[in-house]
Amino acid sequence: MWTDDVFDVLKSFDVRQVAYVPDAGHVRLIERARLDHAMRTVSLTTEEEGMALLAGAWLGGQRGVLLMQSSGVGNCINMLSLVRTCGFPLLTLVTMRGEFGEFNAWQVPMGSASEAAMRLMGVQVLRAEQPDEVGEVVSAAARMAYLGGSAMAVLFGQRLVGAKVFEK
Amino acid sequence: MTGLLERRAVVGRVLAGRRDLAVVGGLGAATYDIAAAGDHDRNFYLWGAMGGAAMLGLGLALAQPNVPVLVVTGDGEMLMGLGAFATIGAQRPGNLSILILDNGLYEETGAQPTHTAMTTDLAAVARACGITDAQVMTDGDAVAGFADRAHRIGNAPTLAVAKIAPSDAPKVLPSRDGAWLRTRMRASFGLERVP
Repeated sequence: MWTDDVFDVLKSFDVRQVAYVPDAGHVRLIERARLDHAMRTVSLTTEEEGMALLAGAWLGGQRGVLLMQSSGVGNCINMLSLVRTCGFPLLTLVTMRGEFGEFNAWQVPMGSASEAAMRLMGVQVLRAEQPDEVGEVVSAAARMAYLGGSAMAVLFGQRLVGAKVFEK
Repeated sequence: MTGLLERRAVVGRVLAGRRDLAVVGGLGAATYDIAAAGDHDRNFYLWGAMGGAAMLGLGLALAQPNVPVLVVTGDGEMLMGLGAFATIGAQRPGNLSILILDNGLYEETGAQPTHTAMTTDLAAVARACGITDAQVMTDGDAVAGFADRAHRIGNAPTLAVAKIAPSDAPKVLPSRDGAWLRTRMRASFGLERVP
């Protein structure tokens, strides 16, 4: 499964802090990180906490990743000043809502603005839409972040993650 | 004697005799107080990112579990990131201390009262979030006790709210070069080579 490919990439880059505001698309990844003794999972109350957490992790010599859904991107905007001004590397993996088969219109405004919002704050954005490209895309982003020092977001398209189905 | 403490004296006392301590300063006057006590390779000053100081301290504390990490910030900065109490309360690193300089004012922006001057008790909020060792300090003995604890590693995080008087202490401005501050701190852990 593509989420296992993500986990394998994070392991191969020795990612130690896995911060998240949960999303259904990240369930398996969060669970695997929680069970891995070399990884510390940090449940956040809001996504911007993760930006500051991972900056601190880098200061102390650990690589981290921030998992969120697209609605969380808006919560991070000012905290990205920290990433940009200090040149912290960043890897955030964003599951998209509000873009493909979304039943909940409340997800559409932020989902449709997520990519542009990240770019406005200086974050480079890569997208993964097909299950067999996920590992390669996340690996490319991790390399740019941890080895190059760039701020990177990978958006997992809603077509990949699957639109939430609510049955009555 | 109890009453309002003097902010520079509190920070000076807590940082006195530091050895391996790493210090994160929150946006605002807390940064000037830390700088007034003496610049240090392990000082990281936030000049923005309001609400992020405690979380940055958490990330550093988790990455360097054998190094005591102290966050010094103000009541206004802490109020912007109250969720951090819940996140830190769940993680409970024993090498993280948080010192909140509480004057009940947004002093930098015109001395408007903060919520701590109205109804919010930050130490009580912290305790309710699982940071069980959280106290309000109103005298020098409490400050000395907190200082002793902040340089050691315990079993759980510790937090102190210092009730401080309004202050017109001269601004002591440390570097605003975030990239340099980042590299300097990492070099102090042997993570970077500085030419």
